Amino acid sequence: MASITIRDVRKSYAKMQVVHGVNLDIRSGEFVVILGPSGCGKSTLLRMIAGLEEISDGTIAIDGAVVNRLEPRERGCAMVFQNYALYPHMSVAQNIGYSLKVAGVPAAERTQRIQAVARILELEHLLDRKPMALSGGQRQRVAMGRAMIREPKVFLFDEPLSNLDAKLRVQMRSEIRKLHRRLNATSVFVTHDQVEAMTLADRLVVMNGGCVEQVGTPAEVYSRPASRFVATFVGAPAMNMLEGTVALDGVSLLGGSRKLNVSRAGLPVGSKVAVGVRPEAVRMVAPGTPGALDATVDLVEELGAGRVVYVDLDGASFSVVTSETVHPEPGSAVGLQFAESDLHFFSSETGGRLDVFKASVPEAAL
Amino acid sequence: MVERTPILNFFTHVILFAGFVFCVAPFVIVAIAASHNLKDVNDVPMSLLPGSDFWVNIKTAWTTADLGPKLFNSFVMAAGVAAGKVIISALTAFSIVYFRYPGRMLIFWLIFVTLMLPLEVRIVPTYAVVANVLSPYQAIMDVTGISWLIEKISGVQVSLSLGLLNSYTGLIMPLIATATGTFLYRQFFLTVPDELTEAARMDGAGALRFFVDILLPLSRNNMAALGTIMFLWAWNQYVWPLLITTDQSHATAVTELKQLIPNVGGAPEWHIAMAGTLIVMLPPLIVVVLMQRWFVRGLIATEK
Ligand SMILES: Nc1ncnc2c1ncn2[C@@H]1O[C@H](COP(=O)(O)OP(=O)(O)OP(=O)(O)O)[C@@H](O)[C@H]1O
Ligand SMILES: [Mg+2]
Repeated sequence: MASITIRDVRKSYAKMQVVHGVNLDIRSGEFVVILGPSGCGKSTLLRMIAGLEEISDGTIAIDGAVVNRLEPRERGCAMVFQNYALYPHMSVAQNIGYSLKVAGVPAAERTQRIQAVARILELEHLLDRKPMALSGGQRQRVAMGRAMIREPKVFLFDEPLSNLDAKLRVQMRSEIRKLHRRLNATSVFVTHDQVEAMTLADRLVVMNGGCVEQVGTPAEVYSRPASRFVATFVGAPAMNMLEGTVALDGVSLLGGSRKLNVSRAGLPVGSKVAVGVRPEAVRMVAPGTPGALDATVDLVEELGAGRVVYVDLDGASFSVVTSETVHPEPGSAVGLQFAESDLHFFSSETGGRLDVFKASVPEAAL
Repeated sequence: MVERTPILNFFTHVILFAGFVFCVAPFVIVAIAASHNLKDVNDVPMSLLPGSDFWVNIKTAWTTADLGPKLFNSFVMAAGVAAGKVIISALTAFSIVYFRYPGRMLIFWLIFVTLMLPLEVRIVPTYAVVANVLSPYQAIMDVTGISWLIEKISGVQVSLSLGLLNSYTGLIMPLIATATGTFLYRQFFLTVPDELTEAARMDGAGALRFFVDILLPLSRNNMAALGTIMFLWAWNQYVWPLLITTDQSHATAVTELKQLIPNVGGAPEWHIAMAGTLIVMLPPLIVVVLMQRWFVRGLIATEK
């Protein structure tokens, strides 16, 4: 159990900076997931915590002690790698017990601890096998066991589930979750899979282009995305974004062809904004309903439990998730309706969240 | 693409068999010649039916050329070279692949250059060095004036001398110092995933521990392949052992074979020479047969 404090951490390769001043506080026992698109620097950040990558600037502290200059083995972190990185010439038991062997733990105690870990991970019958003779899920569990046996202060995971098939991934996900509840060790988990991120995280760190965009619980990140990037990256299907301009009596959308009647408290008339609304928050109504936006159905995707309807809004694509029993035909006209409280506004220039609209509602009510 | 049709199968087997006959025929002829007596072996053409004197000839060859101690010398040299190569190459490749230090590329190229300067090319300077291992240092001290200085101050004339002629060390050392093995290992080390290195670091293993616990076991096949090749290569060395073993006690079997080759004017005892050849061929053959399984794996595939 340990807290991790990351202050102004940067990473440069030669001339190119890939992590730009990250600040992050990870509490003791917390399960933090770092989520971001490929190449955003998630692995680099994780590897800097592990000590596998030099920290170009800033400090990382574990339990208050700065670890910048410490070797990986001195930091008390254990890591689970994407490709498992099991030693191919060692048996499962040897793989799991290698760190203890290096540390000089006597053979008897080693065997005992390997047994204990194997029991938790249900690997007991596989202890004599070589990694080559294991399935993907079993290898994954061995990799977890190798991390667990050291009873580390911090668990680091770098996309450990991305090589598994969909079903196994869901199963391992819940096993990791269970394991965390049992061991309660501080964990940092890197992924680009948002479902994985949402289901595992106590707190979510969304990264983009080497910067942290937002830190918050999965629910917070989903319901109040801090930037346009987070809004479109988290959630599937992605949040609909419409470009607009603030007018006297609301926001005019799509170059003036459509109008949203919302209060515009605070924002100067003429400023450019992006209006976001989640596909789940849109209701389909009969075309021509007052206050609704009229659109044409393009495509319907059946999901079983519901369906995703892609509609065309004056050339802009817009998706709606509906579980209602309506079966819109492609080509038919529909009306789109949503509550003002479901709208998200982002600055067109900075991409940052604009909270003026929401804030105005409770103020007016007072 | 692997095609399988009966006709193609037939032709490939014919080609394979022709190649086999082509390779094996000389050995068969040697073996047959070794079984004839003096008269039969000099018949033209020589009878291709085996004679009955095989064991007699073997025994004669063995005692004439004193092959017992010579085979032992050969074995010590070949095994020493093979072992030395395997160890030195692994270490140099480890250093080149896994460490970043100033002058790394320079060292890499220095090692590379030895590929272009085989022993035969630098045999004269190598001989000079082996004759007195310390001569380069003596030369440096003479040129820089250090030996002059020491003589002035202490009155002792500096003359360093450590000869390795007629010794196993002298036989083995110069043959170890080439780059082939280093490159074989380097290629292999480059295929070892970085994640494995990092996993070992996370597990707390230092560089040496990683080398011994992870890298060496993984390169088992490479070691067997390199060891076998180097054993054969060293066993078959002729010029170097001939040059530095002026004393019979350190001569190797391959150079001593010349004892069995008939001199001008002597009896044309080719049956004895062939018998000796067979004996000298045997140890490398045994090594290849024993190592074959790993040897092939080490050359063609990287496990995982
Ligand atoms: N050794 C390196 N030298 C130069 N650039 C590097 C190096 N390693 C990573 N990078 C760059 O740093 C950036 C971040 O890489 P990183 O591996 O952290 O991405 P990631 O977020 O983990 O992506 P993914 O989801 O694909 O694993 C990338 O743009 C990558 O090209
Ligand atoms: Mg990565």
